[in-house]
Amino acid sequence: MVNICLYFQVHQPFRLRNYSVFEIGKNNEYFDSKKNIQTMLKVAEKCYLPMNRLLLDHLKNIDGFKVAFSITGTAIEQFEKYCPEVLQSFKDLAATGKVEFLSETYYHSLSYLYSKQEFKDQIEMHMALMKKHFKAKPTVFRNTELIYNNEMAAFVEKLGYKAMIAEGWDNYLQWRSPNFVYRPYGTSKIKLLLKNYRLSDDVAFRFSNKGWNEWPLTAEKYCKWLNSVNGNGTNINLFMDYETFGEHQWADTGIFDFMKAFPYEVLKHPDNGFVTPSEAAKQEPVGELDIPHVLSWADLERDLSAWLGNKMQNSAISRLYQLERSVMETGNKELIDTWRKLQTSDHFYYMSTKYFSDGDVHKYFNPYDSPYDGFITFMNVLNDLMLRVNTLNPSKINKYLSSSIARNWIISDQ
Amino acid sequence: MRVLMFGWEFPPYASGGLGTACEGLVKGLAKKGQEVTFVAPKTPDSQSSRIKLVSANDAMKNIKITTIPGLMSPYMTCEEYKQRKEEIMLHAKEPGPARLYGKNLFHEVHLFSERAKIISKHERFDVIHAHDWLTFKAGIKAKQLSKKPLVVHVHATEFDRTGGNNINQYVYNIEKEGMTKADRIITVSNYTKNMVVNNYGIDPAKIDVVHNAVEFKDSDFNSSIAKHGKIVLFLGRLTLQKGPDYFMYAAKRVLDVYPDVKFVMAGSGDMEPFMIEKAAELGIADKMLFAGFLKGDDVDRAYQMADLYVMPSVSEPFGITPLEALRNSVPVMISRQSGVSEVLANALKVDFWDIDDMASKMINVLHYSELKEELRDMGAREVRKFSWEEPAAKCIDIYNQMIGGTQW
Repeated sequence: MVNICLYFQVHQPFRLRNYSVFEIGKNNEYFDSKKNIQTMLKVAEKCYLPMNRLLLDHLKNIDGFKVAFSITGTAIEQFEKYCPEVLQSFKDLAATGKVEFLSETYYHSLSYLYSKQEFKDQIEMHMALMKKHFKAKPTVFRNTELIYNNEMAAFVEKLGYKAMIAEGWDNYLQWRSPNFVYRPYGTSKIKLLLKNYRLSDDVAFRFSNKGWNEWPLTAEKYCKWLNSVNGNGTNINLFMDYETFGEHQWADTGIFDFMKAFPYEVLKHPDNGFVTPSEAAKQEPVGELDIPHVLSWADLERDLSAWLGNKMQNSAISRLYQLERSVMETGNKELIDTWRKLQTSDHFYYMSTKYFSDGDVHKYFNPYDSPYDGFITFMNVLNDLMLRVNTLNPSKINKYLSSSIARNWIISDQ
Repeated sequence: MRVLMFGWEFPPYASGGLGTACEGLVKGLAKKGQEVTFVAPKTPDSQSSRIKLVSANDAMKNIKITTIPGLMSPYMTCEEYKQRKEEIMLHAKEPGPARLYGKNLFHEVHLFSERAKIISKHERFDVIHAHDWLTFKAGIKAKQLSKKPLVVHVHATEFDRTGGNNINQYVYNIEKEGMTKADRIITVSNYTKNMVVNNYGIDPAKIDVVHNAVEFKDSDFNSSIAKHGKIVLFLGRLTLQKGPDYFMYAAKRVLDVYPDVKFVMAGSGDMEPFMIEKAAELGIADKMLFAGFLKGDDVDRAYQMADLYVMPSVSEPFGITPLEALRNSVPVMISRQSGVSEVLANALKVDFWDIDDMASKMINVLHYSELKEELRDMGAREVRKFSWEEPAAKCIDIYNQMIGGTQW
């Protein structure tokens, strides 16, 4: 008996516009609404709307078919603002009762690494959002970019979750299979579901690669691979970005036809079925998994280097979190929300110099010409935010301002 | 393969990027076993150093340098040629030189091609390779006499040099004649290729792009200069093409809000008096230092003193100086209107006219050491991959294709 566990990640960041040093102190418009609208409309048309229609058909027509989503707060906000029919189509999926929603940080942030309080606050915000739109009460936690280690599992267990999701990376699994349920080292209740990255990436990354010796991938062939797990695993966790369907893999690659046929092919085998993450987590763990170092689902390294791999990234994010107390103490909703939107991991990903001159997947998702432009824009915006916080809360922030570009502005104003 | 190559400058006496590029390419060809006869005009200043160069360097063993007396410089205007000639006449002890030099720059180009005729009769070669318009006539003559194929190499066009204003018809005609009569054309970037297609009506299929590279020494990437204060550097000719005025306006914009910076302008050219006056007019004369034309080690020192090198060119077919800056561990900002921005990823890129963007990025580099260091380290890592072997290999492919047959 093998159960297929599908979880799709839905996320859109609020991209920043090209914000110049000379706008500091003069302009509070940080976000590129034009680019954000364009992106949202493009992805809605290519991916969210057609794929939601396809899944809705499956959920209505196929007994036993189910899926899970994790949708960030920044994505939902942009659905509401720019493309409400996308939000409605997700609500329609939720209404089938066969869709599970996972919990994560509202702003798709790296807050766990910098502020546990902020991390908890953002999870609560996201919980409220899931309840409001989908009447959902998530019990499985997914951290940004599948960032995970033992310590985090223990922390998340205390928050009351039944399970957490991580990358099924060989370095930690060694001889073990990702197709079972595990118990994180140092915990007693929470369970761990591991992404089967080979089978997930066959769809998410390799599907349209004509140089791949398995190309073209048919649902029939793919399900043979899934069936071969039978007897050596209880659940195959296929976790991927939802934008895979129609946006990363365009419609003309045949990805939608593949997904149309997929559940039927899976269910041809009488032993197969579909489960949601919380259902999969009902099984007893087969063993304990020790992941002391931080693991993620990104790049070959499966570490934090895509977001925190260079000096610019580390400096930008630590300066951002240094502002936490001062921002919170202003009590100003808009400032707090802006500060949080700057926490979205994408901003730091854009500053990655890893592989930059090779021109690869990082570039594809980057709205900037270069990681340096990403850093410059971010820091200019942060300087303006600092100035605004300083105006509302002058005593608290001076020590950060003294090392900022904006300091010169204050001096020149006096 | 024996290559007869016409150029007009060769280091160590070189006034610009072209000589450096020719040297790199010739050495790259020699390393790959090609025999190159490099024909260049001989100016009084360059005589001794060239001979030394031939015997001093093992890598040059396949290279023969042949010189023709002349005063040509690729960056010279007719007026400058006249002045230079008068200077030499004045200092000459005997009347001899009078016969060696032409009446004016264009006559000089003509004389060079006449002398090239004689050389091409005595030399044995399989292909002819001519660098930029001053040598195109020589290349064409050699082709007519020898019936060997000709490739012209475009490092810059009249449109780059003039910014598109006051195109010299004579120069344009020679450029176009060279491009038309050549069997193949090499341009140093896609940027220049487009220019050749759009402004000279050349079939793009006739053109190959061969990007320039840069050579490294053991001492590269080590800067030992003690630094005092922050410095932004411009290094290039002070001419319209190089955009020194945009650099100055950006400096003014920076200094308005970020006063603890010095700007250094290294180079000479027809815009120098204008630039000096402009600095005074903008009230930044104390922050804008004019270093004049730098040679040899002084160039490296200038780079090493800087926190940022800026190449704000209005039109730059390639632009080798950013690579040299990175070799000296200095981060770079380059204009998008350049060939080098096609191949260099780890640089700040700006449109030359966008003063605010330029200034905003300058302030960020000066303020955030993490940005400066990342640009510098990643840029230095990237620039190590540039080598003249690749461009040389591309040229050899082109030679082989020409000998193989497609004639235009």
